[in-house]
Amino acid sequence: MEQIEFDYPAKRKVSSKAHVGVVGSGDLEVLLEPVEGECSHIFIRTSVDGFRDTWKVVLDRFFAKYDGVVRIQINDAGATPGSVLLRLEQAVEVSEQ
Amino acid sequence: MSEHTGIRGTVWFRALTGQASPMSGDPDSVLTADALLGEDNARFLCVVRDPHARFPCARDGQVGLEEAYTLATRVREVIAQDTNTIKRPIIAIVDVKSQAYGRREETAAIFLAAAAAADAYGSARLAGHPVITLVVGHALSGGFLTHGYQANRILAFDDDGVMIHAMHKEAAARITRRSVESLEKLGETIAPLSYDIRDYAKLGLLHKLLHVDRPEKPSQQEIQDVRDELIAAIEDARNSPVDLRNRLQSKEARETRKASILTRSMLEAQWAEEQAN
Amino acid sequence: MNPERDDTKFINRQSFIELDARERAKALFDAGTSRELLGPFDRVESPWLPMQGVTPQADDGCVVMKGKISGQAAVVVALEGAFQGGSMGEVSGAKLTAALDLACADSEKGIPTSAVMLLETGGVRLQEANLGLAAIAEIMASILALREHGPVISVTAGTVGCFGGMSLAAGLSSYIVLTREARLGLNGPEVIEQESGVDEFDSSDRTLIWAIHGGEQRYATGLADALVDDDTQEVADAVRRFIAQGVPPVHRSSQVALYRSRIAALDPSRQWEPRELRATWGASGSVEEKR
Repeated sequence: MEQIEFDYPAKRKVSSKAHVGVVGSGDLEVLLEPVEGECSHIFIRTSVDGFRDTWKVVLDRFFAKYDGVVRIQINDAGATPGSVLLRLEQAVEVSEQ
Repeated sequence: MSEHTGIRGTVWFRALTGQASPMSGDPDSVLTADALLGEDNARFLCVVRDPHARFPCARDGQVGLEEAYTLATRVREVIAQDTNTIKRPIIAIVDVKSQAYGRREETAAIFLAAAAAADAYGSARLAGHPVITLVVGHALSGGFLTHGYQANRILAFDDDGVMIHAMHKEAAARITRRSVESLEKLGETIAPLSYDIRDYAKLGLLHKLLHVDRPEKPSQQEIQDVRDELIAAIEDARNSPVDLRNRLQSKEARETRKASILTRSMLEAQWAEEQAN
Repeated sequence: MNPERDDTKFINRQSFIELDARERAKALFDAGTSRELLGPFDRVESPWLPMQGVTPQADDGCVVMKGKISGQAAVVVALEGAFQGGSMGEVSGAKLTAALDLACADSEKGIPTSAVMLLETGGVRLQEANLGLAAIAEIMASILALREHGPVISVTAGTVGCFGGMSLAAGLSSYIVLTREARLGLNGPEVIEQESGVDEFDSSDRTLIWAIHGGEQRYATGLADALVDDDTQEVADAVRRFIAQGVPPVHRSSQVALYRSRIAALDPSRQWEPRELRATWGASGSVEEKR
């Protein structure tokens, strides 16, 4: 299992936390929580090692459009980049309901 | 080394009761006897190998349909007999290969048979009977849930012939796609995975580990020592709550079952909070 | 029979199977009364999975929700079948046991509290082996204690089914609710094939699997109390019905004389067609033992 962390600059205060997904084979869960400050922190635990670069690409893409100040925990069991993006977007949707 | 011989159950049943037979009408695979243990007339129960069992998948020491319902019957008999009197101890001597794996068993709902035996043992405990388990050999998964795991106190011998686990090595290796050796190695650092009874003892579920030089041929002194330990366990159970909280309160449990303890206390706190709102 | 009405019912049907554990649990409560306890943000996870390279789930695959069902206090504990096959680990087991114990304590204090267990599980989580097995023994003990005071209802809908040690927990329940897709048994087909050979059980034979373990067979042989469509409303209604019925006079797992005699009447010299059991074990079977 690999642990990967990233930080992204962010500004917008977020009001609600959100949880989506399941750590099933090929799937992931996302825990999104508002934090203080101007930096979003992402913590990833994945059972598939060696894909740090791919994670970075996905998260760069996500944070290019999302500006909330959050802590995001991802527990991953081998999801595709597409699924990861989908779950992140779902989490955002839930947090903004 | 840890091969299941299936004879330890009979050896210890006879050593502790002087008998080794089923009760009238019961299958040969379940030994039941009432025998003196300290001041009590305790009921002893043991599942043993019966190569002539009616059910083909239960001929090698497995706990099958007949075994489970016989255990349930003989335990409930004690509960009924003692309704208005002293609750006699019930002693489960355990050396079971596994549950029975068969199509007939599944069709005839072995899940319910197993539950019925566990129900009987657990109900006896809740009614105030001291239920003591003595693991003299193997105690695996469904077989142990059925016969032994509902006890107030669990004692086990500390030798290589004793094994308590969720699945025997070959099957576990196959399912987790590891070699048996790698599985054994994993058990060296991860206590709940270990097949060694001395590591099982670290989980805090055992009341006591007992030493017997040769469990298949115990000396008179060793038999007496084991009797004394059973008597002490009975006394301990009588002076304690009837639930299984002792399995979380032992010194070892407070070390290896920290997550269980934390889970319980956090849930309790949040439950109370939810109640208050 | 009104075909229009059937279409409406079918269109409005919401699959229970397609819901995850959290959604299933929530669906059983009176609207707005449920609250999850020890949820993912509390992060009480398995200490054992990361050691073995397996990503843990923040709720360890077990959702505990408290609230009201038909206006009465209830706790629902739902196992997430998609996480490690719904298998019981130290933490998920502890959550279930503790929830049952708290329901029991409340019931003893004068707040009758029912428990509903949504069981999609293969039994013990092998990566936690002895702690998973011990947890199941403790769950069973807690069911026995609670069911004296209030009904304990098991629901299995599929797709995972209820197998292994947790099938004993189902067996101890006051009531069992199954869908047709559900399966309930101690040993799954693959395990039997492994242990006793393919002639004993061909695990690729889906028809055989459902003929033996499937919800309809279990219901038709008196081993389950309700057979419902894969419809959330039907599941919720069945749960409500059983909560209203309360503790049964005798639990199925206590009907030892009845089942012992049924086993004695079987002829194990041959394999049976599972359907054969429906005639003798079905609704015609009577409760022999009364309290």
